[in-house]
Amino acid sequence: MSLLKVEGLTTAFKTSRGEITAIEDVSFTLGEREILGIVGESGSGKSVTALTIMGLLPNPPARVASGEVRFDGKVLTRLSDTRMQKVRGSGIAMVFQEPMTSLNPVFTIGEQLMETLRAHERLSPRAQRERAVEILTRVGIPSAAQRLGDYPHQLSGGQRQRVMIAIALSCRPRLLIADEPTTALDVTIQAQILDLLMDLRDEFGMAIMIITHNMGVIAQTADRVLVMYAGRIVEEAPIEALFERPTHPYTRGLLECVPSLDQDRARLAAIPGTLPDPARRPRGCRYAPRCALRIEACTTAIPPLLGIEAEHAAACIRAIPA
Amino acid sequence: MTRLVLRRFASALPILLMVSLITFALMRLVPGDPSAVIAGLSATPEQIAAIRADLGLDQPWPVQLWRWYAGLLHGDLGRSLLLGQPVVEATFLRLPVTLALSAYALVITLLFGLIAGIIAALRQNSWVDQAAMLAAMLGISVPSFWLGLLMILLFAVNLHWLPTGGYIAFTDDPLGWLRTSTMPAISLALLQAGLLARITRSTMLEVLRQDYIRTARAKGLPRHLVIFKHALTNALIPITTVIGITVSLLISASVVTETLFSIPGIGQLLTQAVLNRDYPMVQGGLLIVTALLVLVNLIVDIGYALLDPRVRYDTA
Amino acid sequence: MTPLEVGAQAQGEASAEAPGSRRRPFVATLGRLLRHRLFLTGLCLFGIIVLAAAFAPIIAPEDPNRLAMRFKFLPPGAEYPFGTDNFGRSQWSRVIYGAQLSIAMGLAVVALNAVFGTLIGALAGYFRRLDDPIMRVNDALMAFPAILLAIGITAVLGPSTIDAVIALAIAYIPRTARIVRASVIVLREMEYVQAAIAAGAGHWRILRHHILPNAMAPLIVQLSFLFAYAVLSEATLSFLGLGAVPPTPTWGNIMAQGRQYMTEAPWIITIPGVALMITVLGLNLLGDGLRDVLDPRLRVQP
Repeated sequence: MSLLKVEGLTTAFKTSRGEITAIEDVSFTLGEREILGIVGESGSGKSVTALTIMGLLPNPPARVASGEVRFDGKVLTRLSDTRMQKVRGSGIAMVFQEPMTSLNPVFTIGEQLMETLRAHERLSPRAQRERAVEILTRVGIPSAAQRLGDYPHQLSGGQRQRVMIAIALSCRPRLLIADEPTTALDVTIQAQILDLLMDLRDEFGMAIMIITHNMGVIAQTADRVLVMYAGRIVEEAPIEALFERPTHPYTRGLLECVPSLDQDRARLAAIPGTLPDPARRPRGCRYAPRCALRIEACTTAIPPLLGIEAEHAAACIRAIPA
Repeated sequence: MTRLVLRRFASALPILLMVSLITFALMRLVPGDPSAVIAGLSATPEQIAAIRADLGLDQPWPVQLWRWYAGLLHGDLGRSLLLGQPVVEATFLRLPVTLALSAYALVITLLFGLIAGIIAALRQNSWVDQAAMLAAMLGISVPSFWLGLLMILLFAVNLHWLPTGGYIAFTDDPLGWLRTSTMPAISLALLQAGLLARITRSTMLEVLRQDYIRTARAKGLPRHLVIFKHALTNALIPITTVIGITVSLLISASVVTETLFSIPGIGQLLTQAVLNRDYPMVQGGLLIVTALLVLVNLIVDIGYALLDPRVRYDTA
Repeated sequence: MTPLEVGAQAQGEASAEAPGSRRRPFVATLGRLLRHRLFLTGLCLFGIIVLAAAFAPIIAPEDPNRLAMRFKFLPPGAEYPFGTDNFGRSQWSRVIYGAQLSIAMGLAVVALNAVFGTLIGALAGYFRRLDDPIMRVNDALMAFPAILLAIGITAVLGPSTIDAVIALAIAYIPRTARIVRASVIVLREMEYVQAAIAAGAGHWRILRHHILPNAMAPLIVQLSFLFAYAVLSEATLSFLGLGAVPPTPTWGNIMAQGRQYMTEAPWIITIPGVALMITVLGLNLLGDGLRDVLDPRLRVQP
């Protein structure tokens, strides 16, 4: 049985121009110990998908318009906020893009780690300290016991991201969502953090959902990949199939401009054109205005996600099944 | 930490020096002959000359300046013409009254300002938010002395619940102090509470948008910890600076409140001194009050550094 | 990025007007102001007072200083809409002429601040060598509580209308100067200003054409709040007997005189207070609206 099952998830935001859907009909599953990559340009709905799963979007203006998220036998989209609190941090944990601003500047890192432990487990102060030191050491913070009293501004960006990972792992979650975990970091540190995440997956036996716009990061980590465009999944494939037989024209476009891991911050801008305005999306395939293979039929209806080969599907009427 | 405190003290010194220079200069700018103004229209030339000699105005100004600073060093700011008392003594006799009243008003300000601001921010755009912000807007627009007058009219003249004015020291009779201080403190606090509510709301909204608040929620912390521990601690840092300004404005506003409620504090003393052309008293009182406020702001500054580890560690 | 963030970003971009093109943004800004509910409310409240002040001789034909002891302490009614005081003077006339004085004095304080605050702030912000000496004096003046400094200055100058204006202007100019200086320092480092300096443009020209026009937004916001403080402080000074000397009617001295009679004639103290509150509320709302539209980054300032 899968650990996480997302079905037909649609998240809408109230804006001054009416209600806009940020993600539409998003469905996927994630198995135990699996690493799922979600890739797409900024604005494609990757982060909204993650935040909807976590129940972290402010309501209003955001709301789940339809669909549901099942995790570990519970329907998260129907849980009350208090019950959801128990899932956050202990069932599903999350690491964010900006290590510089994601830690609270006025509390020590020890306090920020131990308060997470306190929220989910009954531990003596002494046990909390021991667990904190143990987990900080595990994520690669040298002489961790002495650093518990440090404030975030006393640490480097890479160290802060390690602390964020330590906080996320402190209650041994079954799923870790990493939203652009390395984007803000130096190239060498990027690779270290990704290695750390992979090691921790093996050690803690958790599943990881890694969100990025960087195909290099995907190649290094993921078992399976979702490609998102303008709020919808356009292709889903195991890692080898994606890189060897990309099917959707958008995926192919992404791969043509794949930035290697050492070309940090390379934007996926080599595809001509930009994402459509969420309030004025085209009627048919969202990618049609930018697509070189566009035909008349592309602009009439949204193409469904259809299987091409085992575990490989694409939402394109021009995709030729192998 | 000690270095930080010392450095803040050192930075306050030139301001104090300049403040004392300005108060010195201010009284030398009186158009015409201040001695004649003090002596009145019917004074003889001899009487005027006597006053001039008494104030030291017959000396060239470098000598006057030297005497001013020499006096300052000895805690001597001259003698009040109206009271016949040394200026320093007259000021410090009335200071506790003003400070007690300001402290009371500050408590009311913090209570209402912080609570209204926090609730408004947490319920942004709801009716609670709009009602709180409307009240805050009215608070900063209602003249405090007028509110005082209306309160006297209602609670003292018509309902006889509270006295119309006067003052009983807390040390003499705590209940009497409450009865005489409550209306003045409310009229003083209204404007400040309105300002603080507006600032608290916008600061809280700003803090609630920060990434670390999302982190705190993602960790599964209960809502009260996210708001009162993670958000409020950060919001209080900028709010602390505002409290320094609040104290300054409260003491400033006590001038009119004390006159209105016949409270024998610094405000009333200064108003009487100005109305009676008691120049040494105006000069000395202004200097002492301002020096006190520089000190208050210094303490607030240090408190700010204590709250914010980034400042505390960078300068330590 | 969520659609919300996209919206917020678009808003942020709209407020950062490109230097040089000032005409079209002016119309757009005016349009946005007129759609701002609080700004409109403020405009109406303040407008009532300004109109009353402007047409005082027409709407209040009776001399505010005409004594008529026969009619003393008449409550508000058909003959005297705001009643009469202890000398039988028409409170309607006195409050309306008081509005004239309040607006005129507030405007004078604002004008003095606009001229001298801008001048001092621009000099300190633009010429690095002047910054330190100017700001030292400025900070020391700001250390005095504004009202106390104004009172100290009236002690020197004596109570009168003009002297109260000067005292209030001196008390508030340092605060205005500080705001102008802050924007000038930021603008001075902008590329287009640096380019103008490199191209050999004169200091005066750079300040007038490149820096000051772009430093206007925070200044205008500050001046509208200052107008409110000035009106309030003037009323306070004249309530204490340190402003315009009776019988000249000001809201402050009407209330000061009415204090003795508040049991038999409560309208003498209540009505000028309401007028004062409407004026200050109107100006504060105008200030809030201007801040929201012109400079969304600015927050509430005391």
